[in-house]
Amino acid sequence: MNTKNIMIVGVGGQGSLLASKLLGHLLMSQGYDVKVSEVHGMSQRGGSVVTYVRYGDKVFSPVIDKGQADYIVSFELLEAARWLPFLKKDGQIVTNTQQIDPMPVITGAAEYPDNLVEKLKATGAKVDALDCLTLAEQAGSAKAVNIVLLGRLSHYFDLPEEAWMKSLEANVPAKFLDMNKKAFELGKNN
Amino acid sequence: MNDNKDKQIMLGNKAVARGLYEAGVCFISSYPGTPSTEVTEEAAKYDEIYCEWAPNEKVAMESAFGASLAGRRSFCAQKHVGLNVAADPLYTMSYTGVNAGMVIVVADDAGMHSSQNEQDSRHHAIASKVPMIEPSDSEEALEYTKLAYEISEKFDTPVLLKMCTRVAHSQSLVTVGERQVPDFPYEKDIAKYVMMPGNAKKRHPIVEERTRKLIEYAENCPLNRVEMGGTEIGIITCSTSYQYVKEVFGDSVSVLKLGMTNPLPEKLIKDFASKVDKLFVVEELDPIIENHVKALGLTVTGKELLPVCDEFSQNLIAKAFGKDTADSFALSDNIPMRPPVMCAGCPHRGLFYTLKKNNCTVLGDIGCYTLGAVPPLGAIEMTLCMGASIGALHGFNKVRGKESEGKTVAVIGDSTFMHSGMTGLANVAYNQSNSTIIIVDNSITGMTGHQQNPTTGYNIKGDPAGKIDLEALCKAMGFERVRVVDPYNLKQCDEVLKEELAVAAPSVIISRRPCALLKYVKHNPPLTVNHDKCVGCKSCMKIGCPAISMKNGKATIDNTLCVGCNVCSQLCPVGAFV
Repeated sequence: MNTKNIMIVGVGGQGSLLASKLLGHLLMSQGYDVKVSEVHGMSQRGGSVVTYVRYGDKVFSPVIDKGQADYIVSFELLEAARWLPFLKKDGQIVTNTQQIDPMPVITGAAEYPDNLVEKLKATGAKVDALDCLTLAEQAGSAKAVNIVLLGRLSHYFDLPEEAWMKSLEANVPAKFLDMNKKAFELGKNN
Repeated sequence: MNDNKDKQIMLGNKAVARGLYEAGVCFISSYPGTPSTEVTEEAAKYDEIYCEWAPNEKVAMESAFGASLAGRRSFCAQKHVGLNVAADPLYTMSYTGVNAGMVIVVADDAGMHSSQNEQDSRHHAIASKVPMIEPSDSEEALEYTKLAYEISEKFDTPVLLKMCTRVAHSQSLVTVGERQVPDFPYEKDIAKYVMMPGNAKKRHPIVEERTRKLIEYAENCPLNRVEMGGTEIGIITCSTSYQYVKEVFGDSVSVLKLGMTNPLPEKLIKDFASKVDKLFVVEELDPIIENHVKALGLTVTGKELLPVCDEFSQNLIAKAFGKDTADSFALSDNIPMRPPVMCAGCPHRGLFYTLKKNNCTVLGDIGCYTLGAVPPLGAIEMTLCMGASIGALHGFNKVRGKESEGKTVAVIGDSTFMHSGMTGLANVAYNQSNSTIIIVDNSITGMTGHQQNPTTGYNIKGDPAGKIDLEALCKAMGFERVRVVDPYNLKQCDEVLKEELAVAAPSVIISRRPCALLKYVKHNPPLTVNHDKCVGCKSCMKIGCPAISMKNGKATIDNTLCVGCNVCSQLCPVGAFV
């Protein structure tokens, strides 16, 4: 199989490393060669962060370039817009509608663009937008936004739910498992 | 589909740690630095390996050398700039060689994701005449680490294992093996290990002979391999560049992949060149392989096609070779940047606000607090390298005298101070400049992800350890004026800063408050803004807290971010924060 590309984008501290870890585990369990590339260090301090997940028969580059992402999974709306040029022409965006003001917006040096979901759709990109924060809170913790998003992403994958659940079990602490399973279901079914 | 049953997905740095475990390494000493930190952190999870954080890279390397001398395989890791600090022992360890194998990770950061420069560590390998090997994914990271110990012992040399951000911080599949611990008796050998001129003079020719043998090894070793494909184009490459080349070209070109980048082979390269029509070198940063190939008298294209600056990617290489890249989408809106910021509740914020308010010239250092240079605080005016703030302040004050003494300060973190600030402080005490040094003590090494250091009282495993008392240390070095402030208390910060800048004596201010992200730190409940009171004056916006924004002309607090540090409420003229 040709290599498939998933980008996970968001704001440093939102939990994208857990999402990529879980995806890496899941795809390896399905027999794929997998590479996951992360950002550590300074950018993690509230900056724009991106994680690349690539899988297929044989994966070479650890990164994804412009026009190559089959999926962009975004934790924050502005970040979906920022990374849009990396989406493949027939690629799919799955985004949280949560908005987090970056420092230039906070200080008044820039404005947060309005109606971004509509603008993203108007470019012709396929966009699936949902309020993951509310769903995560419904599941029991605002921190479960990452799992809500993965639940949503699972829509687009032809993988048995059992495989997703196994990867969830392997990557989240046992005491939070039920809450995360609920978050996954809420993401999948809303 | 592959059978992944016996495989694990592993971060490159973790794969090196696994390699260290399997190679029977017994001693590891490192100083953290992105992108090298996780090697030592992951290795510390194996109870069989003694691991520690040293105060700096030089001490770490010397300690690892001692362990090798005593007869056990040893290791140290650092980022590229860390190797500059440890260059002194490295260059002479090249002469002494080792007893048990010794491997040194140096992790480069092309693209400067988390670094102050983009230097190419291969220069250190060449200059110190120490072999360097470079994995291109996690599987190679594990295998090459083990092989590095064999090379180290076979050729009696330390070995540099060069990582880069994209290998260190990418996960890929590995197969793990068992641990075996070799033991080498320690034997006194003054001629080999005491590098005074008479002995060193005899060691230098041994180093040159070793390089000759290593070149022979490089001609046939498993680290360097030819992958013949189409012969129109032949590409010599290494590290992560190999992955981009394969991504773009697959088997349509021939590739010479060099896993050992110092010393470089000669016959192997000439032989490869003779089998292809046109020869290229694809390497990040400096043209090191390219210059070697040119010195062999071959015609090759490298840096005329590919940049010296920044990291590579598949599209960059595709475009350089005239291949098409994929189309994509574009938005017409301007997307505001999202630079990294100090976290909500960061103890550095109150201090930098105070420095800005007093119109200080701030010479900064390396750590999270470097973000004090970013708007709206914009307080730091210089950052160079670990420890430089204090040395630079001394020189600045010596030439500007009274003009600068009353308004110029150095700001350095607790870990950075332990790393290389103490010697700068000794210089201020000894050569007597009227300098004010601020140690921002957040009780942890923050930027690299919370590593312990000699001031925290805990070791790498989180167990109690020796604890250096900063106040006592500064006093012992001759500073009569050592003040401690709480950076959450703006009034106290302001008063103490003014006093110490005004006094005609060198002084140290310790701004002490643990990092807000530390697990043991208890937070106050989030604040809220009483919108009936808020007059929209934006006084609270001057501290650049990510939890505060203006909505409809009124300050608003994001209660998922706010940790109740109360710095903003001290700025509010109408008491709107509750």
